[in-house]
Amino acid sequence: MKVSYYPGCSLHGTALEYDESTRVVCHMLGIELQELSDWNCCGASSAHSTNEALSVALPARNLAIAEKVGLDLVVPCAACFQRLKVAEKHVKEKTEPAIDTPYQGNVPIKHLLDFLCEEEVLKVVKQKVKTPLKGLKTVCYYGCLTVRPPRVIDAVNCEDPQAMDELLTLLGAENHPWSYKTDCCGGGLILSRTDIVVRLSGKLLQMAKEAGADCIVTACPLCQANLDTRQAEISKTLGKNTRIPIFYFTELLGLALGSGEAGQWVKRHIVDPRNLLKAHNLL
Amino acid sequence: MQSESLFTPDSSWLAEIETSSGVKVSACYQCKKCSSGCPVTFSMDYLPNQILHMIQMGLKDEVLKSGTIWVCASCETCTTRCPNDIDIARTMDVLRRASLESGLVTGEKKVPVFHEAFLSSIKSKGRVYELGMIGQYTLKSGDVITKLKSGSLMEEVKLGWQMFKKGKLKLFPQKIKRAGEIKRLFKKFARGEGE
Repeated sequence: MKVSYYPGCSLHGTALEYDESTRVVCHMLGIELQELSDWNCCGASSAHSTNEALSVALPARNLAIAEKVGLDLVVPCAACFQRLKVAEKHVKEKTEPAIDTPYQGNVPIKHLLDFLCEEEVLKVVKQKVKTPLKGLKTVCYYGCLTVRPPRVIDAVNCEDPQAMDELLTLLGAENHPWSYKTDCCGGGLILSRTDIVVRLSGKLLQMAKEAGADCIVTACPLCQANLDTRQAEISKTLGKNTRIPIFYFTELLGLALGSGEAGQWVKRHIVDPRNLLKAHNLL
Repeated sequence: MQSESLFTPDSSWLAEIETSSGVKVSACYQCKKCSSGCPVTFSMDYLPNQILHMIQMGLKDEVLKSGTIWVCASCETCTTRCPNDIDIARTMDVLRRASLESGLVTGEKKVPVFHEAFLSSIKSKGRVYELGMIGQYTLKSGDVITKLKSGSLMEEVKLGWQMFKKGKLKLFPQKIKRAGEIKRLFKKFARGEGE
């Protein structure tokens, strides 16, 4: 199987290990990723907050490139995914302002999580699991933009998504239910209003622990960064230890499939998960 | 004194917003579901439902100067849950853009400075150059001074250094091959035109 791949800026920077693990996992599952040639930034919150035409024109350029290639487009970043979906709807529904693009609206756009949880992919995953994640207590965190707004994203269960939970259970993890799987981490406010991110992400870390998890699993580079990089500040602000490792779901998938590279990915995290994995004989 | 607190509701701005955005703000009947689910109300000067009411009343300056429109994290919970299908998150976008165009000064200055730094990075390279963007934001927002004074700048630098050592922050920007196309998009859709 071959698909177009739009990594987005974060996966070439702060979320490098998300990109690395995605490529390895797809290779192991027999999926060929063809990176979109000369892709540009989707514009993220900064474009849609300040300039509507630009916020559609930037992702539409990528969609036009993907449409020429003719393959399904797979996107690991939740924010990029949502902006591409907004542009798709904008162009298809001929919303004003018109942006004059060769893109016609004929590219299936899939978030990586949904793509890897499609029935035929899951079948392969099931066959290839070598190291079940036995004993690892997980909670799945979907964040905002893999599911909202459902009209744009075409999400089936936006208040209680299940794909990642089912995947982690399939991989053998002890997956815990919790009520915060689609609550906001503070997203793009990390630099301008760090205090908001500290408060929102702090709540998520606390609630994950309360739910009995010893790690949080994410499918978005902004969520992972907000939850992982600010834990020292969060613990200081709350006056208690909130330390908990934050994984990308692809890292745990790679680990379960038996990739020897998992240690290289997770050592990039600010909160080092290696001791946790070693404690469960997973590394 | 009493007459000062009275005002006459003016629906012309409401009509303008509804026409330009396609969002039916007038459908709001104040059920407050948006504000109940909003994760950032603790840092807002007006709640999302109050902003909608203020638009209905024509309180343009108050809305465009509010901090609410900038601390909205665009999490889309309000839009998802509104029983009247009002796209509230989109309304916040419309208000942010109107606020920038109006030139009214908001109390929440740092968020628009962040957006400017982010977009200027895309404009020149086609992709976000994180280190450059963070540098521009820190200088222009005045964070460099406030964080120096509070002592938190050192913490930020330490975190940045840690991320750099782990390969998460690149020293040099990536520039796309056809960066000229991106520059042309920025020129074509310069704010205020094509909106």
